[in-house]
Amino acid sequence: MSISEQIVSDLVANDIAFVTTVPCKQLGGVIDAVEAHPDIMHVPANKEDEGMGLCAGAWMGGKRPMIVMQNTAIGVTINTLVTLTQFYRMPLPMLISYRGELKEPVACQAEMAVHTKALLAQLNIPTYHFHKQADADELDAILKYTFMCNKPVAILTDATFWGGC
Amino acid sequence: MNRSAILRDIAPVIRDHLVVCNIGLPSQELHMIDDQPTNFYMLGTMGLASSIGLGLALSQPKQVIAIDGDGSVLTNLGTLPTIANNVADNYILLIIDNGSYGSTGDQPTYAGKKTSLTAVARACGCETVVEVAAKDTAQALTDALASKRMTVIVAKCDSGNIKVPVITKDPVVIRDRFMTAVRS
Repeated sequence: MSISEQIVSDLVANDIAFVTTVPCKQLGGVIDAVEAHPDIMHVPANKEDEGMGLCAGAWMGGKRPMIVMQNTAIGVTINTLVTLTQFYRMPLPMLISYRGELKEPVACQAEMAVHTKALLAQLNIPTYHFHKQADADELDAILKYTFMCNKPVAILTDATFWGGC
Repeated sequence: MNRSAILRDIAPVIRDHLVVCNIGLPSQELHMIDDQPTNFYMLGTMGLASSIGLGLALSQPKQVIAIDGDGSVLTNLGTLPTIANNVADNYILLIIDNGSYGSTGDQPTYAGKKTSLTAVARACGCETVVEVAAKDTAQALTDALASKRMTVIVAKCDSGNIKVPVITKDPVVIRDRFMTAVRS
């Protein structure tokens, strides 16, 4: 089983049935696996704050949601995370490609990488960082934690985790 | 006829359905006119009423009406392609188009100038888009509910606001009450 298939298998095992995505090269395999899985409704979003709105509606409608996005989206979605997801106490696992870390080929990505953890910390968002593939063994527990505490939770996945970029 | 007059007109039509209502004065007015547990009031996050409504419609079978404004749809214009390409026949998007940002002092929007949200929605691929005069909104909503087809309604109305209190209900109370209504 590929790491992307393993991740999606954990999503399904935790009853996640609604996934919205804004693409990143590193997340391509996960997005394909989400699209292919019959138990997941995949609704691509044009922007990450829109995706968080979709997830809020899906959760209130009885489907556990997840958003898949790049770390640059943290800059886009701060208002939504604070005034929708956190204010109404909604769970939202966020599978995030952590661009701009080691093995990053695009200089501009490093500019947002240096702010990513600081912003998440400022927002009091529980944050997990997958650097080695074995780190993904915790995904199941992270998902259970997210739906236990009704918070947005960040899972940062860097280029080393994905085997280079 | 302004937005609050439309909300008064449509209150009997929407009161038994799930409603996601736009931030600011629209939610405050609906809350004052006809507060229902089936209403989800947005207290923040401009632009996402249509997205929340779509996510809700795609996730359960009851009919959902998202009440949005022209300014909010312009803020989240990417919502229209997403709606068009993820058809939920239990979903109605009502855009109350008064050509202004009512909650912030009636500054004009581009929808009140050259931009037609009706044409934009059609160009995005929404299959059933109807534009109506304010007085015909309740009938258009009734028809859309009966058709059981995903519909975007653009209701053209005058700008202008009434005096209305802010919503002081706790967001978690609003959300929990709404989710109980969704499940009932």
